[in-house]
Amino acid sequence: MLGQLPTPPVETPDVVWSALSPILALAVGAILLIMFRSIVKRMPEEYDATLTMLVGPVTVLAMWIVGGLVGTDVPLADLRDDVGEPAFYIGLALVLIVSALFVKALEIGFDAAFTVGVGLVSFAATVVVWQQHFRAQPITEEEFLAGVAPDFGGPIAAFGTQYGVDGFALVFGGVIALAVVLSALLFDDYLRREGIDGAEMYVLLMLSAAGGLIMAGSNDLIVLFLGLETLSIAVYVMAAMHTKRTESLESGLKYFILGAFSSAFLLYGMAMIYGATGSLNLVGIRIYLESVIILDNAMLLAGFALLLVGLGFKVAAVPFHAWTPDVYQGAPTPVVAFMASAVKAAAFAALVRVFYLAFIDFRDDWQPVIYAMAVLTLLVGAFLAIVQRDAKRMLAYSSIGHAGFILVGVQAATERGVASVVFYAAAYTFMVVGSFGVLSVVSGRGDRASSLDDLNGLNRRSPVLAFALTLFLLGQAGVPLTTGFVAKFEVLSAAVDARSYWLAVIAMISAVVSAFLYLRIVLSMYLGTVDEDAEPISVHPTAALAIGVALVLTIGFGLVPGPIDQLANDAILALAG
Amino acid sequence: MQSLLLAAEGGSASFPVLSALVILPVIGALTLLLLPNNRPENFKQLAFLFSSLVGAMAIWILTDFDTAHAADFQHQNSHTWIESLGISWHLGIDGISLWLVVLTAVIFPIAIIAIDAEHTPKAYYAWLLILEAGCMGVFLALDLFAFFVFFEIVLIPMYFLIGQWGHGERAYAATKFFIYTMFGSALMLVGILSLAFLNQAETGVLTFNLIELAESQAIATTTARWIFLSFALAFAVKVPLFPVHTWLPDAHTNAPTAGSVILAAVMLKLGTYGFLRFGVYLFPEAAVWFAPALVTLGTIGIIYGAIAATMQRDLKRLVAYSSVAHLGFIVIGTFALNTEGIEGGILQMVNHGLSTGALFLLVGWIYDRRHTREISELGGLQKPAPFFAGVFMVVMLSSIGLPGLNGFVGEFLTLIGAFAAHRWWAVVAASGVIIAALYLLWAYQRVFHGPAEGENATMKDLTFKEALIMAPFLFGIVFMGVYPKPVIERMEPAVEALIEHVEFHVEDFESPRPGHLGPVDDHGDDGAVSEEDDH
Repeated sequence: MLGQLPTPPVETPDVVWSALSPILALAVGAILLIMFRSIVKRMPEEYDATLTMLVGPVTVLAMWIVGGLVGTDVPLADLRDDVGEPAFYIGLALVLIVSALFVKALEIGFDAAFTVGVGLVSFAATVVVWQQHFRAQPITEEEFLAGVAPDFGGPIAAFGTQYGVDGFALVFGGVIALAVVLSALLFDDYLRREGIDGAEMYVLLMLSAAGGLIMAGSNDLIVLFLGLETLSIAVYVMAAMHTKRTESLESGLKYFILGAFSSAFLLYGMAMIYGATGSLNLVGIRIYLESVIILDNAMLLAGFALLLVGLGFKVAAVPFHAWTPDVYQGAPTPVVAFMASAVKAAAFAALVRVFYLAFIDFRDDWQPVIYAMAVLTLLVGAFLAIVQRDAKRMLAYSSIGHAGFILVGVQAATERGVASVVFYAAAYTFMVVGSFGVLSVVSGRGDRASSLDDLNGLNRRSPVLAFALTLFLLGQAGVPLTTGFVAKFEVLSAAVDARSYWLAVIAMISAVVSAFLYLRIVLSMYLGTVDEDAEPISVHPTAALAIGVALVLTIGFGLVPGPIDQLANDAILALAG
Repeated sequence: MQSLLLAAEGGSASFPVLSALVILPVIGALTLLLLPNNRPENFKQLAFLFSSLVGAMAIWILTDFDTAHAADFQHQNSHTWIESLGISWHLGIDGISLWLVVLTAVIFPIAIIAIDAEHTPKAYYAWLLILEAGCMGVFLALDLFAFFVFFEIVLIPMYFLIGQWGHGERAYAATKFFIYTMFGSALMLVGILSLAFLNQAETGVLTFNLIELAESQAIATTTARWIFLSFALAFAVKVPLFPVHTWLPDAHTNAPTAGSVILAAVMLKLGTYGFLRFGVYLFPEAAVWFAPALVTLGTIGIIYGAIAATMQRDLKRLVAYSSVAHLGFIVIGTFALNTEGIEGGILQMVNHGLSTGALFLLVGWIYDRRHTREISELGGLQKPAPFFAGVFMVVMLSSIGLPGLNGFVGEFLTLIGAFAAHRWWAVVAASGVIIAALYLLWAYQRVFHGPAEGENATMKDLTFKEALIMAPFLFGIVFMGVYPKPVIERMEPAVEALIEHVEFHVEDFESPRPGHLGPVDDHGDDGAVSEEDDH
């Protein structure tokens, strides 16, 4: 299985650029944007509007071209052959026009539009890479008769053996790319409202996401560390971006100091692992651990522990969670949306990747630790959320609780467990982006109105927002027919399948406790009284689009969970293969 | 598995009527949400339209029901839902669920038409329709995942109905209701998963299909008992059985009238139906093993509910506690594990739905007219509202279990069954019938007799519309009291099959049939029924 991977070339690593295209899209996008903005600080109004409008068609074309660069043929080539070239190009032109009009109707700024475009291109590239490597490639009849075996694709090492492109990495990559798209839409509304100029936020967003993609596919501890730092440093700055608000600065500083601390733990853990196994490469580590009987494994275990501390900090698992409420409360709300979705997903991807891919033979050593962390995380997340008075702080604790649920899936250390982690991370991403999206709109200028009392009577001020937040909270509570329920179901399946009954019971109890909390908020939105002078809330089209997309995904895949479930299960096979 | 799926596919060529029963109310709710707010009166009409369509379909299913094959699941409808977990959208109806489906389909349009929403009608009727879909789903689901989804989803509309349209301490009551029931079902989810995965470990197939799991019985005895316990807790909360019943009076008292009607008529049956379908059928051995404990709890519930009802000063709370007592009869009937007991239990589920549903409706109308439910403030209502009093009297007598009305048939059968299985508990439970007569007649006396003073003297009698609404209840009460045969003969094959299933899978267990023990000298089940008819 592992032997099929190419032997590591010592001199120059083989680079499969096409498989790296999702990361490249984000990184190149970030660089282009910052270069453009450093030359053109501010454009005349009419040019700006035209340029923004052009982002739509350019994005569509870029998605199409990138798909062609990555794949063997441009996307939709089949469709082109079916309908004939003239009809196809007329259709393409229509799509371009519609996309331009759509961007215009969104009233979005150029930087945000550009970032959304880059996110979509990255996502499209991910889809194409997925099809390249995980779908059976159709072979022609002649090939079949000539005895060519169908190519079922499979995971490849894209950068020497340092970076693996497999289903697991790609699904997480796609989720992170979509999180970029949704966060950028929320940023647009937020930054304009707060009067923050400049493209830095978007550049950091894209860079951070690129780091997340690197983490999700890293097959080497050093690459993992690079990805983690790229991701984290960008997010530290984003958290502190609202320089006029002391809370934002404080949150950024807190996040930075504690984050640096945890990075140090992580590095030290990597050093220990290197000391114990003589390799930083996950494949190398696994081969070493499979072929050598370690008599004294103290250093290896210390390495596990330190890695868990470092990654536990990033996923906000108890007892390394203390930063979360403060940072979430202080940081700009759209940034929190990104932190709770993409950053958490990337960190879980790395956690699962390292422990499941490299240390699976030692699962008896690390499973109990994750078990204990999961129990603590679930209970702290559920019970401390109840006593919060601030909506963002409450959601911070609830995100800790969700991390606990994902840890339940990690703890199982089975294929089903990994699939459930993928499912949960994807489902939670959209629920949490939606929830923070609504909060961002409701809390208004300076995030002043972010107390739970400010949600009282939300239904009177904006029935649509109240309805959306209701569904997101019900989803987080794990009410059936939302993705939240299916995600919990998958995680619990994994736990029960691994015979961790008590963990499943504790998880369900914490789910009940947090459901109580969410419903209390929902009820207050409908029953609470509103001040007479409270204005109805107007929702900017970009924020509305982000919330709407998140809502559709949360409910749609709650009703029909099959596709994501299939995706999550495919992702597993690739990781193991 | 293969043949089952094939059969289902063959059936699905025709109209998937059971799926329609579940989906139609949801479509109704979505339609309501999309309507503009400027014509509020339309919401009620539309909700009534959708729920009566469901009612019509249920009646059609009833007429189309194949009594000869009542033990088989009919109109089966199956689609893969989550492939990797072996989960499917699988619905079916047999003699046991038939009557509960019909009850649900009939009660909902009545509850919708009978009471106007006090405010925000759009959301109110939308929640009611979603509640209907959930209840239907529970009674129809043949897949444990689907069952759990529906079992949980009903909490949400009820929570909002109590919380938003309730009275008094509605937020407290809604939360209490939610926490109790969700806590119960939380453990059931772990139980469901354990069952599916342990079954997979034994048989190699991961499935949540109820029939396959029930037929394979692959799980070790002790484990099955634990899993049964997790199911039983969920159902006990929902029923509610004695120690976990405390949410019920609060929820009933503070809920809006339609909420109380549905809670009593349909939602409490989710628990008793669950005991039957997902307790006894899935875990026959554990059901036999736990039967004495559950019968004990049921008996305690009967006596406790009756005594508590006697002491209530609030008319609605009194009816709520009487529910605890009535549901106790259903439980002792079910866990008598013989034909009479289970049939009586199912019959009693329908009876309780009719009589207590009607009682809540009548109490709600009294409250609308007098704005109080305190028994001490009411009195002499018979004079200004004689017709109202008459209807109340009939419904109340049905609830007491007067021979000739439906309550008697059900209670009698459960007691026969229970007597054969657990003689002394049945003796104690029978005294509950007497206390029921005491508190209900006493309440009736205080509310309707005596001099009418103050506002009581001018209370409006039943309007024509209200009388029309009560008509189906009265018809059901009298019809099932006088001639229960059509009802019983449709459920009997399914009940017999269930008991055979238990006897087949549990060693050394023979259903305690009344005939074998002597106290009832009839030979079969028909005998017991025809004896009924003589009264």
